[in-house]
Formats: sequence, structure tokens, C-alpha cells
Amino acid sequence: MAYTDPMSGPAVSDTQPIVSLRNVGKTFDSGTVALAGLDLDVRSGEFVALLGPSGCGKSTALRLIAGLSEPSSGVVETASVRDDIGFVFQEPTLMPWATVAGNISLPLELRGVPARDAATRVAAAIERVGLRSFADAHPRQLSGGMRMRASIARALVTEPKLLLMDEPFAALDEITRFKLNDDLLALWQSLRTTIVFVTHSVFESVYLAQRIVVMTPRPGLVARELTIDASHPRDARFRTSPDYAALCRATSEALHAAIGEGGA
Amino acid sequence: MTLASDRILRLLLPAIFLALSVIAWDLVVRVFDLPPYLLPGPGLVARTLVEDWGVLSAALVVTLVTTLQAFLLAAIGGVLLAILFNQSRLLEYSLYPHAVILQVTPIVAIAPLLLIYLPQQAAVLACAWIVAFFPVLANTTLGLNSVDHNLADLFRLYRATRMQVLLRLKLPAALPHILAGLRIAGGLALIGAVVAELSAGSAGAGSGLAYRIAESGYRLHIPRMFAALLLLSLTGIVIYFVLALVTHLTLRRWHESAARREA
Repeated sequence: MAYTDPMSGPAVSDTQPIVSLRNVGKTFDSGTVALAGLDLDVRSGEFVALLGPSGCGKSTALRLIAGLSEPSSGVVETASVRDDIGFVFQEPTLMPWATVAGNISLPLELRGVPARDAATRVAAAIERVGLRSFADAHPRQLSGGMRMRASIARALVTEPKLLLMDEPFAALDEITRFKLNDDLLALWQSLRTTIVFVTHSVFESVYLAQRIVVMTPRPGLVARELTIDASHPRDARFRTSPDYAALCRATSEALHAAIGEGGA
Repeated sequence: MTLASDRILRLLLPAIFLALSVIAWDLVVRVFDLPPYLLPGPGLVARTLVEDWGVLSAALVVTLVTTLQAFLLAAIGGVLLAILFNQSRLLEYSLYPHAVILQVTPIVAIAPLLLIYLPQQAAVLACAWIVAFFPVLANTTLGLNSVDHNLADLFRLYRATRMQVLLRLKLPAALPHILAGLRIAGGLALIGAVVAELSAGSAGAGSGLAYRIAESGYRLHIPRMFAALLLLSLTGIVIYFVLALVTHLTLRRWHESAARREA
């Protein structure tokens, strides 16, 4: 592992970045400076983790990429994927009044996809996350892990080019989190979608990502970029391997160095 | 077992208390030998209810029709006004304070004026509506504004139209609040109808239950006052239970307030 050029990870094409943030700043009305001088490129097919302590602006960066928020300065360039983004929030954020199938079909309905076509795609999405027998259940009948699966299925039902995930597994227990980590990697490998994954967990970022972008707080900017060149698919054996432990140690050191520089 | 016995207790205990109260009432009347113009016994009230059923049932229909009309108008008006306010901030700022003023001004004081300017039936309806529509408006406004921020972001992400946001997000999210508003409005529509009938009655017209109560009062026909009061009370109870049932059936699949938890 090294502090390498971010474009050299495996399975990353050499095309133009599909997301490009240049010198992006975000100051909220309250005066809080969430981001200042953030540079970030994401290439098609990449799995990038944004890693940092709370308050480092990683969620803000994700919202800027999604177009849910406008930068105060700098440029956010996402033209090629603008209408092709899926978003998974920290909470499952399901509509409590709709069934699992109803929730997952929402993006298709909002886009006016014909009902029959939508039904097929919803069924496929439900199958993909292993919720087939819960299609007609309401969210309150599901466990936290199953709700998050439904949330991921909803984000993937449009087969987006770019999937943005904001600490999606932070509220789940470890067993469920590990399972969902594996499922997410399998989905990423089969769908070849690009994923930007926000997390504050060193272990999760090393397990999942090809590239880790370490951010510092106050103001948020990129301190380090680390390439995790362990091959996919990764599994439980990787999680217990000396390689994984070494990568986690190095990432953790990079994170602490970054926080130290940030003065937190 | 515990659930079933709990249910039986919740039905049985109020029934026992009611029966004891009626027996106590009857005993007081008998023991102190109270004349009917002071306090009629429960038997006499029941007899009057049967004997005067012709007059009373006609009056009940009049009051019921007024209440239902006022309730429906309050439901439609309250929800539509809340939607308008939600869509246009300027409209909300301009009109909402006046809705509050209408609400805090005692309806008993407005009723005589309405009776001057409107035909009697319309005035009665207007009174009941004024009392009933505000909880629907206030609750629906609250509901429309309490949409989950992340869900709202999700709709933005998929470029949902205003209409889609309203129909698929805001109104379903507001449904529990709307239903709570309707439950309050049901009771208030009856109160508004009664207040208006009493005002109209003292102006020398009207034929609803409240008017019958006032009329029987003037004639010292106390048992009929009680009989009419009993009918009004039963009407209120029926309205409450019907609306509670509608709420339960609508929300039981998804809302915490209605869904039963298995322990």
C-alpha cells in the first residue's frame, strides 16, 4: 500500500472522471465552513470511500455531488451522471405508508416508467437484496438490516451510474453490517456501478473501497488518498488476514495524522 | 389471555360504572322524592324518549344533517386551505392569522350576527363550520410541514414535480395528522351546530335537538330536556367512534399510533 496516484486502482477505467470537484467550498448560512478547497475525482466503476471524523464535511460533499446542495465556491462537475444517481441515506428513509415493493418502485414511478416495466424491475431489485418474501411488508415490520436492504434496492432499481451512500450501515449491529458489506461488494461487482461511500469507520473503508479519501475537519478538505490494492472479491478471509490488519493500521495512522493537522 | 382480559375489562368497567351511576340517580330521585321538574328519574327520561320519539327523532335528523354537512365542509375546506398554504407561503402569511382570529373569537358571539346576515339554515351551518374547520387546517398544516427531510431530498434527487411531492409524499405523511384533526372536527361540528341552533332558537326559529332542549326548558318540560340531551350525547359518541374506526383502519398497517405491537 502506498500514497499512490488515485487513478491506478484495479478495475478503474482511464476515462474522464464522472465526478469532479475542484476547489469546492461550502459555507452554511449559520457561518459554519463545512468544506474549503476540496478537490475530488471519481472515475467510472470505482469504489471510493470518504473517510473522516464527524464534522469533516464528508456528508456535505456527498450532497453536493448528488445536486441536493449548491457549493458556495468552486465547481462540482457531474454532467455525465446528473440524472443517473442513486442515494442511500444513513437512515433507511423509507415511506412508512408504502410496502417494500411500493418504496422500491418510487424512483421508477417518479420518472414515469410504465407500470408493467416497473414491476419487473422492482421484482428484480427485491430479489437482488434478498427481500422476496417481504415485498408486501411495511417498513415497520422489518428489522433495521432489512430496511437498509430495501433502501439499497430502491437506490439500485434505476441501475444508476453513480451510487452515493452516506454512512448507510452506521446504525446497524456488526453482524448485519458485515453481511451487508459483503452483499454490497457483490452488487458492485455484478452491476459495475460507481460507488462513493461515506464512513467514519477505518475498518469498513478498507474492507470495501479501492480508494480511500481521508478528510480533515474544520474546514473539510482532502488530507490523503490511499489506494487499497487488495483484489476483489473480498470476503471473511480478507477481513481476518494480516494484509487487512496492516492496511487498517496504515489507514488509521493516515486518519490520525490528518486529524492532527486539522487541529481537532 | 392478558390481552383478551384487558379488553374485556376496558369494556366492562365503564359499563359497570354507568349502570351504578344510573342506579344511584334513580335512588336519589326515589329516596328524596324529587318532582320531575327538578330532576326526573332515568325511567321517566327513557319513557319520554319513547313517547316523544316523533318530535325528537325529527330534531335529531335536523341536527345530524347540519353536523355532517359542517363536518364535510370543514374536512374539505381545512385540507384544501392547508394545501394552498403549503404551496404558497405568501397566501399562508396573509390568511393564516385570520383563520386563528376566527377560531379564537367565541362562536356564541358570532352566531347572532351570522343569523342576521344569512338565512337561518346557512347561518347554523356556517357556525358549525367555523368551529370545526380550524383543527383540520391546523393539523393538516402541521402534517404537510413535518415531512422527513431525507425523503424530501430523495424526491428532489429524482426530480419529482410539485404535484408528485404533494400527492406521494406530503399528503400521505400528513395523513395521521389530518385524521387527528378530523377526529376533533367531528366533535366540534356537533358543538357548533348546537351553539348555532341555540342562538337561532332564541331568535324564535329552528327545529334541531338543541332547539328542542331550549324549548323544553322554557316549558319546564325537564324530562324531554334530558331525553334530547341523551340523544345529543349519543350522537357525539357515535361520531367519535366512527372517526376513531376510520383512523384505525387507515393507519393500522403502517403508523405507530394504530399498529398493534406483539410483545
